[in-house]
Parts: sequence; C-alpha cells; structure tokens
Amino acid sequence: MSTQGTRCEISLTVNGETRTVRAYPMERLLDVLRLHLGLTGAKEGCGEGECGSCSVMMDGTLVNSCLVPVLQAQGSKIVTIEGLAQGSQLSALQQAFLDCGGAQCGICTPGIIMAALHLLDHTPRPSDQQIKEGLAGNLCRCTGYAQICEAVAKAAVDESRE
Amino acid sequence: MTAHQQIVGMPVPRKEGRDKVTGRAQYIDDMTLPGMLHGATVRSSIPRGKIKSITFGPGVAWDEFTVVSAKDIPGKNWVALIADDQPCLADGVVNHPEEPILLLAHANRHVLRKAVESVAIEYDPLLPLFTIEESERQAEIIWGSDNTFKKYRVEKGDVDSVWSKADYIVEGEYTTGAQEQLYIENNGVIASFDPESGITVWGSLQCPYYVHKALMKLCGLAEDKVRVVQAETGGAFGGKEEYPSMIAGHAALLAMKSGKPVKIVYDRMEDMAATTKRHPSRTRHRTAVDRNGKLLGGEIEFVVDGGAYTTLSPVVLSRGTIHAGGPYYWPNLKISAKAVATNAPPHGAFRGFGAPQSLFALERHMDRIAATVGISPVEVRRRNFLKTGLTTATEQTIHEPIDLDQLLERGLALMDYRAKKERFRTENESATRKKGIGIATFLHGAGFTGSGERYLASVVGVQGLADGRVRVLVSSTEFGQGTKTVLCQIAAETLGIPFEGIEIAQADTNEVPNSGPTVASRTVMVVGKLVQSAARGIEQTLTAAGLLNEGYSRDEFCAACAKYVAERGEFKSWARYEAPPGIFWDDEKYRGEAYAAYGWAVYIAEVTVDLTTYGVTVDDFVALQEVGKVLHPVLARGQITGGVAQGIGFALYEKVIWQNGRMQNGQMTNYIMPTSADLPAIRVYFEELGNLHGAFGAKGIGELPMDGPAPAIVNAIQDALGVGFDSIPLLPEDIFEAVTKRSPGGGR
Repeated sequence: MSTQGTRCEISLTVNGETRTVRAYPMERLLDVLRLHLGLTGAKEGCGEGECGSCSVMMDGTLVNSCLVPVLQAQGSKIVTIEGLAQGSQLSALQQAFLDCGGAQCGICTPGIIMAALHLLDHTPRPSDQQIKEGLAGNLCRCTGYAQICEAVAKAAVDESRE
Repeated sequence: MTAHQQIVGMPVPRKEGRDKVTGRAQYIDDMTLPGMLHGATVRSSIPRGKIKSITFGPGVAWDEFTVVSAKDIPGKNWVALIADDQPCLADGVVNHPEEPILLLAHANRHVLRKAVESVAIEYDPLLPLFTIEESERQAEIIWGSDNTFKKYRVEKGDVDSVWSKADYIVEGEYTTGAQEQLYIENNGVIASFDPESGITVWGSLQCPYYVHKALMKLCGLAEDKVRVVQAETGGAFGGKEEYPSMIAGHAALLAMKSGKPVKIVYDRMEDMAATTKRHPSRTRHRTAVDRNGKLLGGEIEFVVDGGAYTTLSPVVLSRGTIHAGGPYYWPNLKISAKAVATNAPPHGAFRGFGAPQSLFALERHMDRIAATVGISPVEVRRRNFLKTGLTTATEQTIHEPIDLDQLLERGLALMDYRAKKERFRTENESATRKKGIGIATFLHGAGFTGSGERYLASVVGVQGLADGRVRVLVSSTEFGQGTKTVLCQIAAETLGIPFEGIEIAQADTNEVPNSGPTVASRTVMVVGKLVQSAARGIEQTLTAAGLLNEGYSRDEFCAACAKYVAERGEFKSWARYEAPPGIFWDDEKYRGEAYAAYGWAVYIAEVTVDLTTYGVTVDDFVALQEVGKVLHPVLARGQITGGVAQGIGFALYEKVIWQNGRMQNGQMTNYIMPTSADLPAIRVYFEELGNLHGAFGAKGIGELPMDGPAPAIVNAIQDALGVGFDSIPLLPEDIFEAVTKRSPGGGR
C-alpha cells in the first residue's frame, strides 16, 4: 500500500525549484506532484504505466510517475508540463501542438508533450517512424495520433531554427 | 455586417488550447474543495439476484464513514433518462454485475478500498441471461414481459413480392462486439450541498441538463436548487452522455448526507467494468438481387444487446435501424429491430450510436452480394447508390445534389485502387504477407432523429458585454471536438468581429440555457445555426437602437455594444430551434425525414495479413467525405483521424472478454486500443456541398468516421485471403482458426 510505513522528508528539484515534502516512502510520485505540490498537469489515466498520461522527466529520463515510489525520486530533478513554458512564452513543442491540432480533449497532452520532449532530446530530427515509436507508450483516444506526430515533427524543425 | 472576413473555414487557435498544452486546464480530479470527502461505491458481485443481507465487516472504523443506501434517497430512486427502470442504488435486487448498492465516503481516500472490500453482501442468485440469443429464448424474463426494451419496424414497398423475381437471394448474419469508449480521463464528479442553495455538481460530462434533470428527481429538489457545471472533460465519445447522471447522483447523495463536498473519481478498472460500452449487435440480411446486382428488396433484422436497463437503448436502436439500409436505394425493404435485455451493465452511447453496427453488417453484405452475382465490390455499390430524387429506407427523398458515383471514383483514384488491386492479385500468390483492399460507402444523419430536434427545442444565447466583447451561452460541451472554437467562429463570422472578440461561457446550468445534449453530431449544425441566429439578434438590436450603421468596423461594433450595455444593462439575444418547413416524420410508422442532413463517405482500407502471425496491419487508409462546409479544417480533420482510429480498434483490437456478465479485461494492459505505432497514415479528404440547415452550410461530422473503417478493413481482409469474416472484433486467432480450418495443411 502506498501509505504504509511512516512519513519521511523527501527533497527533489521540480521544474528548477527545490521542494521538500513529507510523504510516505511508497507514495506515488504522481500523487506527490499533484496533491503535495499542486502540480496537476500530470494525469492519472490507468494507474499502471500503460497510458503515459502521468509522464514526467526524472533526471532526463521519461518515467510514468504513477509507477515511481517517491522515495526513488529523492534528490532527483523532475520536469513536468508546468516547467516548459517561459512565462507566457510557450515552448516550441507546446506551440506546435496548438498549431497542428495535437491537443483535442487535452487529457493525454501533458504526458505526450513530455514524451515528445524526451524524444527530441535524444533524436533532434526524428523520422516519422521514430516519432511514432517514440510516442507509442502514450495513448491518445481523440486524435488518431496524426496531428500529434505532425506537431512533433514541426517542433523539431522550429527548434533547430532557433 | 462588415465586409466578409472569413473566420469560418480558417484554422483559428483552439479556444482552450493554451490551457491544455501548459497543463493548466482543470479537469475534475485536479479540483479540490475545502473539507472534501472522497466517495466510493460498493457494487454487486453477481449478475442477478436478491440481496439477502448486508454486513459491515470488522476492522473498519465505520463510524468515521458516511454510508448511503437506497433508503437515504430523498426523491425517486431512478436515474432519470427515458424510462424509470434503472435505480441509482440497488434496492433489494441486482440485475447486473457492478450494480451500485451502497456508497461510502471518508476524508482519507486511502481507507476506502479496504472499507468497500469489508462490506459483505449475501445474495439469493437468480438465473442470469448473457447473450442476445438467451434473451430471445425467454427461459427467464428479466425485463418487462418479453425481455425487449424497444422494437421498430420499417416497411417500404412490398418485400414479399420480390423473392420470386430475384435472380439471387443473398443471406448473411453479422455480429459486432461491445467496445469501450476508453476516454483517457475516467468518469468523475464533485458534489456539494447547501440547504439554502441546494446541490452543485462539477463533473466530467457531455450533457449538463441530463444531469440536472436526473438530480432534481433523485434528490427531490426544485429546478433552481440544482446546478451542474462541466469541468474540462478528458474525452467522452458518448461514454459521458448518460453515465454522469449516475455518478453525479451518487456524489450528491453522499454530499447531502455528510454535509460536506464529496469527490468520486473512478479508477480505470472500475470505469471499464461498471460504465457503459457500445451495444453488441447481430444483424441478419436476406436480400433479393437481380442478375446485374441491383437490389430488388430485402429484409433486415437488427438486434442490439441493451444490458440490464433501458438507458439509451431505444435511441441507439433507432439510429442503427434507420442507417441499416445505408446509402443505397431499396425499392422494397423491411427492417425489424429490437433492443433486448441481458444481465450485463447497460450498454450505452458511443460515437456512431448504433450506426457502426448496422452499417458494418450492410457493407459486409454488399461484398457478399457482389461475390454472389460475380461483380466487383465497386460495381455493386455503384449500381445501387442513392441519388438526388430517390428515397431512403424511411422514404425520405434526397434533395441535396450528392453524387456518390463521383465520390467513389475520387476515393478510388486517391487510393490508386485499380492498380493496387491488380498488383496485389499477382503478388499475393506467392506471398505469406497477403495484401488486400476494401471499400465501405456509407452515410450518417446529423442531429436528433425524426422529431427529436423539435422536442428538444434547444435554446442558445449570445450576450453583448460591457467591454464590447461577445459571449456565447450554450450548454453544448467541449470534450476535444472543438465545440468552443467552432461556435465562437460562427459568432465572430456572423457579427463581423475578430475571433478573439468572442468568448464562450462555461457550461454551467446557472449561466447557460439548454442548447440540448452534446451528442448526435448536432452541435455545429443545429446549435451552430442557433448561435448564428442569436448573434444576428445582437447586431439587429444595435442597428435598431441607432448605435450601428451598415458596413461597421470592428471598433464601431465594440463601442456600440459597450454603449448599449452601459445605457440599458444586460444585453442578451436568444434563439430557439424551430423545425424547418417540409420536415415530416411519423414516429409510429418510422417513416419520413429521419435527419435534416446526411454526411456521405467513401472509406478505403489497404491491409496486410501476415500468415505467420495472422496479424493484420492497416497500411493505408483513404477517408473521403462530404460533410457540408468545413468550418475548421484542422479540427475537422482531427475528428476524422480520431474516429478512424477508433474504427480500426473496433475492427481489429478491442475485444471485451465477458465472464458472467462482467468485463474480465478492464485494464489498458489487456483491453488493447491502437497506439501511434499501430496506425497507418490516415488520409483525409473533404467534399463540401453545403447544407441549408447548418450554420454556414455545415453538417455533423463527429460520428461519421466511426461507421466506415470496420467494414472497409474486413472487406480488405477478405480481398487478401479469399476468406470472409462476419464478426468483429477480428483478432489474429479468429483469422488463424478460419484459415487453417479451410486448408488443414497449415493455411498457406
């Protein structure tokens, strides 16, 4: 159970800020982000690492935050969807999702943008096939993925121009 | 009005898009109220029986919990919709697995699971029925007098006279399985109660006024003591049309009893097991055809499994029935349709609403007719298409200048159909990966069926604001389709002011009129037209008041609007739906103008069947449709690609495994929907004929793309293998079995 044991103090860097929470060691990183830190951008879609809606970056790796016990995140650097825009300036990926129609109902969008960010970090100019494979861990029921993949391809071009 | 700016037809930014890409959008589980409790549901573990006893087990501090049973319901224990037969909480008997029996609430959500598991319920089991056939045999009567929620009969011409004239009589039976909507956001609501102001519910939902009506009845409260507010909604597809009335009722009952706000958000397994799915169906065709493949007449028997209670089954059945004849001219046709009861959780609304089921059957049957007569799938369709001036199954005359021959020809050209077909025929002979290509041609009616829109009498408001901006007031909800964006485009275009000058009110029953439910591909066409009328009212009022002259500029409009509000106060213009003249519908005989407009489509799928794995991949997909004027090209295309993806899932992946009426694979791990790696490029094309009845010529678009993919894909599989399949979902094991049965040597 996620609430077994005694609460302990856990420090982590979230979107560049050091945060300390008192949480059960096995509490899910997703719940700590959403309930302790008020960062509700990451969503719970399935609770078992299948849909990717809760995707965040942990030390540069894409994780399903519903599967990460917060103890494991002690001392780590977390980036969530809330950390991408600079003030009112959207990141290239966010802007591309808006322009291309990559967000419909929006519930999978934060997770998919994080997965796309991870993909572009490692493969700055991905092929269509690499985009499809890079996003295959994130489910979207609205779009049929076409406009999501186009948004990622556009962001890759836009970023390389900057 | 100013000289035309053409906002309609442009890819303006989605109104709520920034909130969605930054993670700021507030979905129901992102919201918390002070002092809020968490609610959970104790559900039936058996499909049918009498409740003997309920025991609260040891090891749980029960005095800390709010517990609600049917006895606590202040009003009527029904989920108000069409018929009063579905209790909000089971009272003495249960009729399906996962039926809600008790509700629990506690401040600490972590203690709820153990508490739910500690409630022991003893039953006297009764014999359950699980299939259409078991229900029809009536060995047990589980609903009404004959296990039947609703029947329809459509009769056109004299079918009995055609059989003797037929060169061929072609028969087939086709079935489709249940399908989960699988919105990524599960069902959820928050309710709060105040003795003075009554109940307020925020939720993930499609139809605020459905929930409003249901809560009035359940809680015994007056109209002004119930308020329903839509939170940002993470997908719905019909799955949040009727079910939110149930979960909102549960949260409201807990809030009334505890005096505290209560949140109920399902986890994935509970959502999959307990909430609605697409109706399983069985369709039988018997068709008289002449030697040229021309339809002389037919009998269609269409049956859907409604599950344990009526819910929306009569309307789902209605749409499926009317679409059963497809886009073809039947001189003589008899359709008998029924929705039957089983002891499964009620099946419900899902994009397409009965039409994907009956159209799957028809489009498979057309290929069977072609094979019997010895003509091509293209030719059998071409020889039977509806044309302007001909009548549909319900004897509705087609007035619009639709040319399905030309639409089909364009689709074939886009797919390079003939060259590919020829190439596959030669290459398949020696290949273990066999390729095929299949067609579906179909139609989808926009708006409520028959007299439905007249009964709904939807109302829309447009408000001029003090700062000169304009607000659209509708209960039509945004859940991904682009409702907010498109309705604002329509208002902006009508008034000749910028898109940015229009906002749309949150769907809150205290703030917006009832513009009807957000279903049935009706929002852009029907509600959009009303937005246009109400916006015109704003312009006319300003002109009549002498504040606005013809050929006004954007700034002049703003100034006039601001001045009007400053001088006269609240400035709202209303529009109410009125049926266009010449619309006739006979509910008794199921005859007449079934829909004000139809979308028309040609879908073509190219597939590979791998005879090593028996897996099917869709390699290419052409989705060509006529949907009137396309108001927003990016959103419209998104509706088609998303619908086609769901259709591919319906055909090839999404199988609900039932055991004793309960879904056994209620997880995303074992109920498989398509990922980005599973789908082909879905190539989307539009024809735009326009439509008199829709705003700026728009028709409905949301459901149409669900109808065509499954039959096009299964027709393509038949083309690849020479083996036909009449049931979906069609999984590799089904193909393996059919192919190896046919040639015991191993199927190659």
